[in-house]
Formats: sequence, C-alpha cells, structure tokens
Amino acid sequence: MVPGSYYTGLSAVLFAIGAVGVIVRRDPLVIFMSIEVMLNAANLALVAFGAQFGNAEGQVLVFFVMTVAAAEVAVGLAIIVAIFRLRRRLSVDDLSAMRW
Amino acid sequence: MQVGVFVLAALIGVGSALGLVLRRNPVHGALFLVVNLGSIAVLYLTLGAQFLAAAQVIVYAGAIMVLFVFAIMMLIPGKEETGPDPRRPVRLLAIPFGALLLLEVLLMVVARPAHPGGRVRAAGGVQAIGRLLFTDYLFPFELTSVLLLAALVGVLALAKRGAGAGATAGAPSGRIQGALDAAGQGAGGGSSGPAAAGRSAARPELTEPPRPGRDPAR
Repeated sequence: MVPGSYYTGLSAVLFAIGAVGVIVRRDPLVIFMSIEVMLNAANLALVAFGAQFGNAEGQVLVFFVMTVAAAEVAVGLAIIVAIFRLRRRLSVDDLSAMRW
Repeated sequence: MQVGVFVLAALIGVGSALGLVLRRNPVHGALFLVVNLGSIAVLYLTLGAQFLAAAQVIVYAGAIMVLFVFAIMMLIPGKEETGPDPRRPVRLLAIPFGALLLLEVLLMVVARPAHPGGRVRAAGGVQAIGRLLFTDYLFPFELTSVLLLAALVGVLALAKRGAGAGATAGAPSGRIQGALDAAGQGAGGGSSGPAAAGRSAARPELTEPPRPGRDPAR
C-alpha cells in the first residue's frame, strides 16, 4: 500500500514544474499546457486526500475542477487565436496592454 | 505491486512534465502533456477513483488535448522561442523561485498533521460520486452547466468574424485591436501605427493579408 504522502509529494513536484513552466516559457500555448499540469497536480492531491479520509468528496471536487479547466481552455484558446489574428505573432512579451 | 505501479506512473508523470517545460517544440509539448495526463489517470486508478480516471482520459486527453492540437495546427507557434530572449535573466529567476515553491509545498505536505485511523478505501467509485453530486453538491453541479454555457457563448463571441471593419467597432476583436494598438504605440512595439492601420483595412483577414510582422524566411 502506497502512503498518501507519496501522492501529495508527487503532486507538489508536478505543481512546481508547472509553475516554472508558466514563468519560463514564452509561447502562450505552452504556458496553457503548464497550467494544465498545475491543475492536474492539484487534482491528484485532492484525490489522494479523499482516499486517505475515505470519502468521495475529493473526487467530486476534482470533477468540478475538470469542468472549470475545460471552460478555461476553451476561452483561453479563443483569446489566443483572436490575438494571433490581430498581431500575427504569439509572444507573451508583446502582450503588455493589460499591465499597469 | 502497488508501489511499483505508483513509482512507474510517477516517474513517467514527472518526466513528461519536464519534457513539456524543457522542449521548445509545442507539438512535442502537447504529446508530453498527453503522456502526463495518462500517468495521472493511472494514479487515479491506484487511488480507487475509477470514474475520474475514465473522465481524465475522455475529457483531458480526449477533448482538451484535441483543442490544444487544433490550436497548434492553426497557429503554428514555436518560432517565437527560437530567437534570443531579451528577458533571459528575469526568466532564469524562475528556477530558484520554483525550487522555493517546491520546498514550501513539500514542507506543507510533510508537516501536515497525520490523519486519524489509517487509510480507508473510498467507498465505491461512480456510485458514491453520483450520490454526492446529486445531493450535497447539486447546486454547484448545476452551476457548472451555467459556466459551460457562458464559456460557449464567450468563445463564440471571441471567435466570430465581423462583417466589416466598420461594423466591428464594438466587437471584442475590435476592442482588443484598439488596446493592442494603443500599447504598441506607447511602447514603440514591433507592429504599431501604419502596419496596424494596414491590417485593419485589410479585413476580413481570412484572406491572409501580407502579414506585416512576419519574417518569410522564418
């Protein structure tokens, strides 16, 4: 039987990798994929906690997170495509219009 | 046996996540992400969450990754990261900060107070989740339908092509154009002023205008 802390430790590692990817990469699509890695790390921690405590509420929460992730990806990719249509290139460094 | 499955899936998951972050080609990144999602589905199975494992494969590896691959095919990105990075020192700060984040989260995980009474198997897979979803979590469950509908409408509004340049003044793409132009002129960005004016005159852009900001030789 694998201890639950192994799962949460793995989820911490995946979350950190995803966070570094969000900061390091310049391609918005890869940044989105790194965000997916972070979301999945959080999901894994939720399922691991739910299994430790023996109820299914963690899994219900993961279900909601999956729904939100699907909506987020759809809207985010639509925004990326709209920006690409306007600028013909895709570097996040150019997109400082909303920065203060 | 279970430990072996966990170690294998964990190694594949961490390796594919590293591949996603370190490889420059976004198509490779998408494939690495599929592998990562699959390994997490295996981990869900070892935790007794069969429904989530199936949903992971169907929703993430099926639907969301199709969206990603579709966007990659449409936009053909990747050339943005080939040139020299003007902000490389700032970006390299991400490594120590990432290590710090990892340390912090690991400390939180390890220092967590031990749960009482050992490990209990989650009761049932689909049955328990369905019961919870339609009793205690019924309201959030219905809210997700509103969220998906709002996302659908928003995506349609963003992706819709205007009938003409004059008619799209209030459309989201028109507003984004205005904001980007203002920022480009302020910062002296690569494509400001006449190039932007040429683009907005060349609408609709599905006819592929001469692409002012793009180097034909790549």
